[in-house]
This record gives sequence, structure tokens and C-alpha cells, in this order.
Amino acid sequence: MNRRDFLATLGSAAGILTLPSLAQSAAVNPYKRLLIMVELRGANDGLNTFIPYSDDAYATLRPTIGIKRDQVLQLSDKFGLHPALEPLMPLWSKGELAAVTGLGYPQPNLSHFRSIEIWDTGSNSKDYLSEGWLARAFDSVAPPKTFVADGIAVGGGDLGPFANGARALSIASTEAFLRQAKLADPHGRASNKALQHILRLEGEAQSASLNLNPNATLKTEFPTHPFGQQVKTAMQVVAASPGVAALRVGLGSFDTHQGQLNAQQGLLRQLAEGIVAIKQATTELGRWQDTVVVTYCEFGRRAKENQSGGTDHGTANTQFVLGGAVKGGIKGMHPSLTQLSGDGNLVHTLDYRSLYASVLRDWWGFTGAQSEKVLGGKYASVPLFA
Amino acid sequence: MRHHPTRSIVPTFWWLVVCMAALLLVASIASAQAPAERLARAPTAMGFDEARHLLNRTSFAAQTAEIEEYAKLTRAEGVDRLLAETRRQASYPPPAWTAKYERVYRPEMTQEERMKANRRELVERGLELRTWWVAEMLSTPSPLTEKMTLFWHNHFATSQQKVRSANLMYRQNVKLRSYATGNFAALLREVSKDPAMLIYLDGAQNRKGAPNENFAREVMELFTLGEGNYSEQDIKEVARAFTGWSIDGEAGEFRFRRAIHDDGSKTILGSSGKFNGDDVVTLLLQQPATSEFIVSKLWREFVSPEPDKVAVKQLAAIWRSANYEIKPLMRAMLLSDAFWLPENRGVLVKSPVDLVIGSLRQFRFSVEDPAPFAVILRQLGQDLFAPPNVKGWPVGDAWLNTTTLLARKGFLNRLFRADEMVKPDMAATKAEVAAQPAAQLMDRDMVGERRQRAQMRLAVRGDVALAGGGINVDNLPPFGVSNQLRGQYFFSAEQWFALQPPSMNNERVWHTVLAGPPVQATKELPRTLAGLRTLALDPMYQLK
Repeated sequence: MNRRDFLATLGSAAGILTLPSLAQSAAVNPYKRLLIMVELRGANDGLNTFIPYSDDAYATLRPTIGIKRDQVLQLSDKFGLHPALEPLMPLWSKGELAAVTGLGYPQPNLSHFRSIEIWDTGSNSKDYLSEGWLARAFDSVAPPKTFVADGIAVGGGDLGPFANGARALSIASTEAFLRQAKLADPHGRASNKALQHILRLEGEAQSASLNLNPNATLKTEFPTHPFGQQVKTAMQVVAASPGVAALRVGLGSFDTHQGQLNAQQGLLRQLAEGIVAIKQATTELGRWQDTVVVTYCEFGRRAKENQSGGTDHGTANTQFVLGGAVKGGIKGMHPSLTQLSGDGNLVHTLDYRSLYASVLRDWWGFTGAQSEKVLGGKYASVPLFA
Repeated sequence: MRHHPTRSIVPTFWWLVVCMAALLLVASIASAQAPAERLARAPTAMGFDEARHLLNRTSFAAQTAEIEEYAKLTRAEGVDRLLAETRRQASYPPPAWTAKYERVYRPEMTQEERMKANRRELVERGLELRTWWVAEMLSTPSPLTEKMTLFWHNHFATSQQKVRSANLMYRQNVKLRSYATGNFAALLREVSKDPAMLIYLDGAQNRKGAPNENFAREVMELFTLGEGNYSEQDIKEVARAFTGWSIDGEAGEFRFRRAIHDDGSKTILGSSGKFNGDDVVTLLLQQPATSEFIVSKLWREFVSPEPDKVAVKQLAAIWRSANYEIKPLMRAMLLSDAFWLPENRGVLVKSPVDLVIGSLRQFRFSVEDPAPFAVILRQLGQDLFAPPNVKGWPVGDAWLNTTTLLARKGFLNRLFRADEMVKPDMAATKAEVAAQPAAQLMDRDMVGERRQRAQMRLAVRGDVALAGGGINVDNLPPFGVSNQLRGQYFFSAEQWFALQPPSMNNERVWHTVLAGPPVQATKELPRTLAGLRTLALDPMYQLK
């Protein structure tokens, strides 16, 4: 189904049924609602981020690196946040922060590279897909051509969920991109498929650079740390562009095999401050209500701490969803700390693609069939939006 | 990695000229052994365009003089010569630490110090290893050997990011090169016992009663049969057969551990027996799917993006009857009609290695420290010794997205800019240039910047995850085999044009530099650096 068919379906359905307001607005342009994916590179330790502090097993599993009960920022009588996430507490109070727990997939792969590929492509443990899950989403329902791009990976590097298909850009800084894109030149006749591909990319880079307003400015002050600066670039792109459906930012490395306490604390603080800056900047742009921030990473970490004051690769994990339209709270069922898998890992209770299904269906108004096609199966969405 | 001017790592094509007579002899003998081709096709000389196409696909871009030499040969003579020139060993000296594998215990250090030291060593050696391979690719007299070594590296993808031993990665590379144009059956056997592979795909954790299926799955899905040609049950049984294929941690070598080997009966691909890993390799080689799967992959590397199914089956049959010797297969593929079809020229996207090494070789850039180019390869998406996953790099059109295309153009734009290079302090005469075609110069600023970026890049995902989260670039050690951080390159367009044969008119220039007609560059090109830059920025330059 192409975009036109999709809109036609929505239109004809609207004549018969009263659609939810979300889907109606989606019929105009689902991608007025912005998605910001935040990759916690190297795999964040969920147990020390969204902490089951009242579970005795937690203290047993984490005798030295466990967060002490009196330091935990309590969200409920069972769970609380790492103290470095303190800047997010006002969002929690306003009901703008959801913690989705128990996320994972069957037959978990414990390789960083393979598992992040699984998350990026939205695949099963055994399937190798070449396109990112958002690339497939944009293939199913195309963002407007007037957008600067379908997706932008901020900070350079791989295109992650946008790979192989989306009209995707990778931007380290808007200045650098605008400078580099001067070399892009789409003119000329393509005599074969490879040349067609190249000229299309040249065109995308050029039009994106022409569509970015180099003079757009924001009053928001951004943190000076690397993640804060990435957020700054991301927000500049949003401010300078006629539209973009999704952004991907990231920070790390959360691969805390040793010395986890200090390392994770610093990174979680960056994360919290960066998200607060996203809220400030999108509020300044009048867009916080239609912005959603979703964290993700390849896996969680081993339940039991290791001998080096760190944690090894694990499986199920908790992720955050934040935004003006988010219905905050704790979503999903936290994995048991005592019923671990044979290799000492948490057993997932919710497929990670349910998180994606929520974005597709409830944030962007995809139909069930469209979501199913993108994700290769039926995944119940998590009630994340008011 | 400083070189005396007379030992420039840019190869001199003069060597080729000197050896021509001998090689022609070899080639004519080889072609005499193939009467079928003579009957099928009159042995006429290839001519410039065909010679260019052959060299363009089988080496890292060719220089005009090489093309003109090959132009005089028939197709078969040219292919035989390329295959006769392949090597089994690298010619560039590897880093000293490759001589011996040793576990360093560092008992005097605290655990944290030890971990930091280990990580630092890994990062340093990882870059030295990449730099060494780039140096080999730049200097080898047989680019086809390196292209095939890289092909097998991508096929048997193994990443230092998981193996965490530059030494084991080096040893695997030596093995891949030694069999690169040798025998695939022997290569597959070697790879299944390769310590880096045993770590990368968890073979070393595969034990009786607790099998790890990682290698078993990939050896069938990605290394031999291809998806759909085996069952999940086959994977379980193959995993059992490979139990006990382990590593001697002290020696860094393969070791069979009988105690953890499952010697019970297995049923694999319809055959039953008390199979071990070697038996599995034999079973996999008996399946026609293996040869067809790999021939298709070679086709996409050398012939065209869409393998011809009929031709693939024929080539696979030839390969099996040649007992998986790679040269007869390559000969048949490179002499197939499809390889020479005009519509199959200029249709393959260059890999980052093709682009970077090809540019430096074709224009005979002088390169003193190749380290910055190893980092550029990473920026362009082909970090040597670190493919993204066991599936290897996504090749073909997937090499290019807006990021990597702009990065390629940015690189080429800088490469062909006079202001990136320092002027020669010796005014080379034409005679001097001929005797010593590559001058050596330094560009400290660019090197400094690239070094900085190299360190930053190495600090991202996987390679280093320093405790404390932040990476302090200043604390990282300098890289380079000799700590000489002078990644220098030099190129003089005037000298390049001066060295071209008299036949080198403008048309011939783009015929040499591009795989097809320029898409954007006009045919009236100034014979200057700016003219060559225009060609390098043409979309056609991305293709081979």
C-alpha cells in the first residue's frame, strides 16, 4: 500500500466511522508528530536505571554497585529512578514520562553488533533484514516530499533504523553538513541503476541542504557535553527545516563491564539533561505536544553484577518514552529477579516491537495492517499516549 | 612508517615493464593450455577499453601504462597473467608484535590499570594492523591478491571488536591471503579452526551438553549453503559435531578438546554418522548449493549486481570439478561473456577500499603514513578487521547513502586539492620523476587533524569503552608503527600528465579514470589538478 492508498483508506473509513482524533490528524500528515529515538550505545544497565528497589533480590544481585534505597528517586512503592535522572522528575510529575519495562525478544542475542541490528531492523533473532524498521515505515507511509528528509541520524555514523530505504541523512553538525553538501550535484543522466542511486542521493543531499535555513536560531541553552551538543544539532535541524519525521541521537558508551557506578552516573546525567533540553527547545518551537522521545539499546545487562564492579551483557531491559502527549507511568511487567534464564538473565515480558507498534499505530496513526507489515507480525501496542 | 624515497610504497609500474617478457611467456603458456577459447574466439588483443575494464575490476584501478600493456594481450592472456601474479604472502612487513602471540598478565598492575592497559594496547594494535593492510594494498604488485583476501575477509567476516586480539586477527588475515586464490575447501577447513573465528562465533564456548549454535548456523547460512538449504535440526546437529573445537589460550592456536566433544551419532543434511567438524566441512562441500552460493557472491564482486542464474550454475559446476580451486573458477568467470558485456561495465559501486586505494594507486600518490587512510576507510563505512557483523559489509548500492556519498566526495575533494599538500622542496626534473615517480612530502596540519579524528573515531562504540564514560582524547596513545605521525601524501598533476604516454589525449584521460562516460564532467578538461578533481567528483568515479 502506498501513501495515497493509505490516505484513501483513511478517508473512506472516515465517512462511515468516527475515527479517533489522532487518526484524523494523521490523515492530514501523520508526521507532523516528531519521533526522536535516543540510542543508549553499548547497552544501558536497566536494573540500575529503573530500579526495583524494594525487591530484596535486587540488593542480593547488586551487593556493591546496587543503588542504595535512600538514593533512589521513587516512582512507586516498587520502582524508582537512578539519582542522576533527577532532571527528569518534573516530567514524571507532569505525567510526561513513561517507563516501559520487560522489553526484549525471544532467543536473545548477546552480541552488541547483532543485537543492535535486530533492534534497528526490527527483526527476529534469526532473521537478517537489511532495512531499518523506520525505513520500512516510511516506505509504507511516505513522509511529505517537502520534508528535509524522512529521518536524520544526528552525530554521524550508521543510519540505524533509517538504513537502506529511507530518505535519510546523517548530520554531525548542521554547519558541516551544509558545507559538505555543496559538493552534491544531482544533474546528469543515469545510464544504469547504480548511477540512478547516486544521483538520487546527490539530489537528496542537495535539496536537504537548500531546505535547511542556516539562520534559524534557538534561545534554548544546550548542555556542553557531547550528548547536549547532539541534541543541539537535532533541535537546530528541527528549527531550520520544513519538517522531518524522525531523528536519531545517541550517547555512550554504556558498556559498563567494569567501574559501572561512575560511568553510568555520568551518562545518565547527560541523558537527563539532554532530554530536558529537547523539551525546552521543542516547547520554544511550540512542538513539545507533538514530540515523543524514545530510548533504546541492544539489550539490558546481566542481573548479577560481575567481579569488576560492572555488569556483563544481558537481555530484557527498561526504556523511557517522554513527550507532551505521553501518558506517563510504568508500563509492562518487570521481569522477575529470581526466575532468571539459565544464563542468569532477565526473561523478557514484552516484545520490543510492541514499543515500535505504539509509535506506528498510536503516534503516527498507521493501521494495524500497516504496522504488521512494517514489523513482520502482530504486536500489541503499549498504551503510551493520552 | 617512514620510507626512504627510493622505497616508496607506491608501486612502480616500471617493475611491471621490466618483468613483461617473462610474464608474457607465462601467459602464452597458460593460454596454450586453453585451446577451447582459441576456437571460440580469435585471439585478438583486448585493446584499451577492455584492458581497462579487466584491470579496473581485478585491481585497485589501473595506471595508463599498465592498461596499455594489457591492451596488447588477448583476454585469456590478460586473465592468466593476473592469476599468475597472485601471491600467497604479503610483501609489506607487519608490525613487530605479530611475530609472537603472548598473553600479557601485567601482575604489577591493579585490575583497573590492567584493563586500561589492555584496552589501550588493543586500540593501538588495531590501528597498526589496519595501517599495515592499507600499506600492503597500496604497495602490492598483485592487487588481485588483496582484493581476494578482502573478499574472503568479508565472506568469513570476523571483527576485532569481539575477538579483541589484533594478533589473532592478523593471523587470520595471513591465512585468508595464503588461500585467497588457492583452494576454497582448504580455506573453509582452516577458517573453521581459526582462533579468531572460534572467538567471534563462540565456537570456543561450544561444548558437549551445552552446544553453542552460533558458528553452526553461520557456517551454513553465510559461509557455505546460503539460507533455505538446511534445517534448524541441521544447525543443532552441526553444533554438536563442532563441540570441542577450541583454543589453546596460551598459544593462541586451535586445540581439539576431546573431553568436551560430543562423539555421538548425528544426522546432518540427510547423512548420519559420528561426525566431527571436519566431517561437516566435507558434507557442506558436497552440496552444490555451496559452490552456487559463493559463485553468486563472486559474481556480484566482479561481474554485475545481478548474477545470471544459468551462468552461475555452470561456473559452480566448473568449480566443483576443479575441486574448489579458486583460480580455474576465476579464470572461467573473468573469461565469461557476461564479464565483457559493455552493459556490465561501470555498473558496480566501488567499495571504500576500491575508492581510496584505487585513487592513491592510479594517480601514484606518494603516501608515507597510511594510517590516516585506514581511518578514512572507517569513515566511509569499511573499517578493516571490523565488519559490522558476521554478514560482512553490505556491498553494492548499499555502500552509498547521503552520508557516505558526501564523505566520499569530501575526501576526494580534499585529495585533489593543491592546498592540502605541501609543495615539493626538491624541484624534481622529469628524469628524476621517471626514476623515482613518487616524491615525499608532508602536510602536518592535515595529519594532525586526521590523527585527532582517528582517535575520536576509535573511541566510539566497541573499540574502547573507557570506564568513567568520557574519552579523553589527549590520554590516548599516538598511533602508527613508529610513532611518526606524519601521514603524508603528495601528488602532482603536472607530473602525472607529464608521465602519461603520448596517446593520452583528453578522451583517453577520462577513459582511464572513469569506468564510463562522465555524467557531469565536460569532456574539455584542463590538464591540471582541478581537471582531475572534476573527474573524481563525477558520479561515474564511484563506479567500477
